Amino acid sequence: MPQVTLTVNGKRHTVAVEGRTLLVEVLREKLGLTGTHIGCDTSQCGACVVHVNGDSVKSCTMLALQAEGAEVTTIEGLAKPDGTLHPMQEMFREHHALQCGYCTPGMVMSAIDLVAKHPEGLTEREIREGLDGNLCRCTGYHNIVKAVAAAWPLMHAKPMPAAAE
Amino acid sequence: MGFEGIGAAVKRKEDGRFLAGRGNYVDDINRPGQVYAYFKRSDRPHARILRVDTAAAASAPGVVAVYTGADFAADGIGGLPCGWQIHSKDGSPMAEPPHPVLAQGKVRHVGDPVVAVLAETRQQAKDAAELIEIDYEDLPGTASVLDALKPGAAVVHDEAPGNVCYDWQIGDKAAVDAAFAGAARVVKLDLTNNRLVPNAMEPRAAIGECDIAGNYTLYTTSQNPHVIRLLMGAFVLHIPEHQLRVVAPDVGGGFGSKIYHYAEEALVTWAAGKLKRPVKWTAERSESFMSDAHGRDHVSTAEMALDAEGHFLALKVSTLANMGAYLSTFAPAVPTYLYATLLAGVYKTPVIYAEVKAVFTNTVPVDAYRGAGRPEATFLLERLVDAIAHDTGIDRIELRRRNFIPANAFPYQTPVALQYDSGDYETTLAAALKAADHTGFPARRQAAAAQGKLRGIGISTYLEACGIAPSAVAGALGARAGLYEVANVRVNPTGSVTVFTGTHSHGQGHETTFAQVVAEQLGVPVSQVDVVHGDTARIPFGMGTYGSRSIAVGGSALVKAMDKIIAKGKRIAAHLLEASVDDIEFKDGKFSVAGTDKSKTFGEIALTAYVPHNYPIEELEPGLDETAFYDPKNFTFPGGCHVAEVEIDRETGVVRVVNFTAVDDIGRVINPMIVEGQVHGGVAQGIGQALLEQAGYDDGGQIVSGSFMDYTMPRADNVPNIHVGTESTLCTHNPLGVKGVGEVGAIGSPPAVINAIVNALEAYGVRHLDMPATSQKIWSILQAGAPRMAAE
Amino acid sequence: MYDFTYHRPTSVADAVALLGSDADAKALAGGQTFIPVLKQRLNKPSKVVDLAGLGLAGISLSGNALVIGATTRHAAVAASADVRRAIPGLAALAGGIGDNQVRHRGTIGGSLANNDPAACYPAAVLALGATIVTNKRSIAADDYFQGMFTTALEPGEIITSVSFPLPVEKSAYAKFNQPASRFALVGVFVAKGPAGVRVAVTGAGQNGVFRQKAMEAALAASWSPDAVAGIKTSAADLNSDIHGSAEYRAHLITVMAKRAIAAAG
Repeated sequence: MPQVTLTVNGKRHTVAVEGRTLLVEVLREKLGLTGTHIGCDTSQCGACVVHVNGDSVKSCTMLALQAEGAEVTTIEGLAKPDGTLHPMQEMFREHHALQCGYCTPGMVMSAIDLVAKHPEGLTEREIREGLDGNLCRCTGYHNIVKAVAAAWPLMHAKPMPAAAE
Repeated sequence: MGFEGIGAAVKRKEDGRFLAGRGNYVDDINRPGQVYAYFKRSDRPHARILRVDTAAAASAPGVVAVYTGADFAADGIGGLPCGWQIHSKDGSPMAEPPHPVLAQGKVRHVGDPVVAVLAETRQQAKDAAELIEIDYEDLPGTASVLDALKPGAAVVHDEAPGNVCYDWQIGDKAAVDAAFAGAARVVKLDLTNNRLVPNAMEPRAAIGECDIAGNYTLYTTSQNPHVIRLLMGAFVLHIPEHQLRVVAPDVGGGFGSKIYHYAEEALVTWAAGKLKRPVKWTAERSESFMSDAHGRDHVSTAEMALDAEGHFLALKVSTLANMGAYLSTFAPAVPTYLYATLLAGVYKTPVIYAEVKAVFTNTVPVDAYRGAGRPEATFLLERLVDAIAHDTGIDRIELRRRNFIPANAFPYQTPVALQYDSGDYETTLAAALKAADHTGFPARRQAAAAQGKLRGIGISTYLEACGIAPSAVAGALGARAGLYEVANVRVNPTGSVTVFTGTHSHGQGHETTFAQVVAEQLGVPVSQVDVVHGDTARIPFGMGTYGSRSIAVGGSALVKAMDKIIAKGKRIAAHLLEASVDDIEFKDGKFSVAGTDKSKTFGEIALTAYVPHNYPIEELEPGLDETAFYDPKNFTFPGGCHVAEVEIDRETGVVRVVNFTAVDDIGRVINPMIVEGQVHGGVAQGIGQALLEQAGYDDGGQIVSGSFMDYTMPRADNVPNIHVGTESTLCTHNPLGVKGVGEVGAIGSPPAVINAIVNALEAYGVRHLDMPATSQKIWSILQAGAPRMAAE
Repeated sequence: MYDFTYHRPTSVADAVALLGSDADAKALAGGQTFIPVLKQRLNKPSKVVDLAGLGLAGISLSGNALVIGATTRHAAVAASADVRRAIPGLAALAGGIGDNQVRHRGTIGGSLANNDPAACYPAAVLALGATIVTNKRSIAADDYFQGMFTTALEPGEIITSVSFPLPVEKSAYAKFNQPASRFALVGVFVAKGPAGVRVAVTGAGQNGVFRQKAMEAALAASWSPDAVAGIKTSAADLNSDIHGSAEYRAHLITVMAKRAIAAAG
């Protein structure tokens, strides 16, 4: 059986996989990182979003073997070792941006990538469009959008540019 | 600690684990030695099973067992039970055909499970399932109620000739006919309520387990584990309750679809008993589309008799309700007691008659989905009221006001069985219109027109009923279960509190709101309260969470249990303080002797209860642990007003909801942050129903929207910011004064959106539009007729 | 998904050899369409040959062409200053494919090799008169697209890059999303460049991407939204499904063309 070596949340792993094994299956079933969820089978819902080499990707739409040598970050890897939450996690809590919690890990991972890649700021419309790869059935997105906007100044350590508000 | 009691926007206790990726959903659970189940499902709507050959699958790598319907028949296992019985007009009970765990003889819908393959890995089970050969003789199928009722239509069940499950009625037909005969005017509207797929983000999953002594455990994605234990244990698998534990851990959304007892739960439990190995199944999303109970799917005609001033004199409604291919657990109740009894709405219509025919088709079973019957009633009524305004020329807001049940008329007995305890529809209407800047709309419409957009505004003034009750009434109406709720409050020796509730939280935030109720009543900080739910081994009993019942029924049980805690605490305090029990007051977490400064803290009393050295042991048992069962006295009746504002792109037909305002009367608010979140989510689902969502079938019963590639789920850019307001009249018959908030968003919003679209299209002569208002549908309307008057 | 052996060659020659070694060997680029297809068991490859190790990613301006390597991700195209400057419509198109996560994995070569009738890239490639460069030859866009999921690629032929001729004077893409999948129900790319004035339509045609020549002629005469406003596309050869009838798609072609032209300036 082929093997794949990848670094997940800073820890190097080598695991035996089939050719068809998906990255999400390695995370959930081989590494026990069940925070990354599976919500669909057509790459639409985004519950499985993780970061691979700094980019948000759908881990259900990537073969494990494609992640050879990759740096993967999952929801479990966001908080500091002392338990301090990432500002995005903190703002999700602050703004009640989660209900059942199932879409939350993928939503948080997508949101962090979105904010990180927009140092120029984000409008409400841009946040909504930037989260179009993630479905949530509970929140109506209202509080998720608020949480993402609130996380921007914390992640960039400056106020959101006025033009973007 | 700041104020954490009732009314405080306390941050959720459950968020920590969810945000860290440490939730514990069923698919996250793995049991030693587990095998994986995969279901080979029917790919045809209606067919006779001629032959099933599982030999090749059984000998495929990793396969542990292969089961068919014959195995269940041989084991004497009956079908999945229905939890509600409806009687037809003629007094006969509904047709209740068997619903086998795995198909026997026939398949009746795409997705009907035929064979279960159990293997060492998920992939092996799936690989082996491809080796199963099934010979079918295709039979004609039907998807729509109209087709299924046609003479000569294919019969789904021999037990239901003509595909009729029941033909039910409510109300005084003679009085309604008389009122129609004398009416100045009658307004009629034909309408459908589109079929929806609930699509909680977590697909259903189940793990069955059986130890050597025959003790079973089922982990399942359920909104009501005790109900599953009762239904599956007592009626399907015949496992006594003490040997069956049902655990519903973290559950990723339900919206009704996880109330019901499903075949997969029975299979994994039964197979675990056979194999003495845990059996795990997790739905793929495409399976969810063809096996989770769908929602809505009504075809109705509504007629209102009016006097010359537009007062409603009588309402007559005829509805065809799609049951799908089998009766899901509570399906028969949805288009009857959760629908037709709501047809008075917020209006003082003196007489109402409704008849409902429930119909079998070759589609996935239909059951309650967020709102369950009440969105269908509300859509019908609020569309009909706008149609009356359209036909009579009376302003639609004035028309509503003219017919509102006035605030001083409560309690109000409707002509369709329900008695409303409280409400104030004028107040919620006025508040919503103000919040939505209704008076500023003409200017906004003009501005939109300048940009080539058609803008419309619509309102709905809705009412719903929550917390199905009382048990005796529900039983008289056909429920085969009680509908009370249970709370066990365990005060620990050091004064912290563990609450065991029979309700189940799958997004609602009970771990926080229930703790707030405890904080309010016992003065214990929220951080010192643990709320346990979802495990029949830990919780005495319960009926679960649906119908916005948790705080109204479960919260009331919690209050009753805490009343007992306080009563006992007073007796302990009286002993310690050497006072009469009657002189002990409990306030702010302290037991004190009235009029003195002598007191004991709640913690001191708790410790004394468990370390009873100085204790009235002759007359009082040690410990501080009380249970209450609360059977509600009536339904609760949330209501309110939703205002939607839409813009239509004239070139493409795309409708965008640009403003949405909800002002709801949900009774006392426990946590305003959570309340707003519940409304946001419900409104988004309502906007989804109004604009985007349609569980599509072709005429023969093939699914044409079987994945997220074709079933349009609302995404972040499909919904606007949602303004939420609350105006409260308190529920008069439960101790917290609460009404429930889980469903109001999904109930009030669809007609508000459609009314806004019809308003935007008024120049095109549009009087009604069925959901979903897709861009193509709107474009067709825009194509069909140039505006009757200049739109600009 | 059926199991297969996974291969990650580091040279085009090795990739070609692997693909040629077995009739059921399939190439994997970004996988954003291919992996979902595999998950549905609609394809049963014996070998999956990952092209990510071939060093084909990258964007370069060379002479009178913008050359995008086959395994360049959509996100990279969207963010590239060179693409934004040289062909802004192409950058915008890439930035609107799927969602952020799809754009971080999906590649231009994969999109073109698959030629999904609702994919965005074929519209740009055809409208801009690009050349598809393979390990064997160069193929003009006009010759490349041969119908739904069908291209001029031969067995064992791998796209290595796509060359867009410059200078492009005007370019823009307007897409009307299929509401559920967010693929193009109708997408129209308009361009004025070395290949002339071109209008390419994706999402709508039964045979995949096509040129709307009546619009091209009208725009050549007068580049303005009004020039195409009255030009209708026959519904006869258009797709029809639950999201849009052929007539609706035909109508949207005109609307999207107008919007693209307006956006192109």
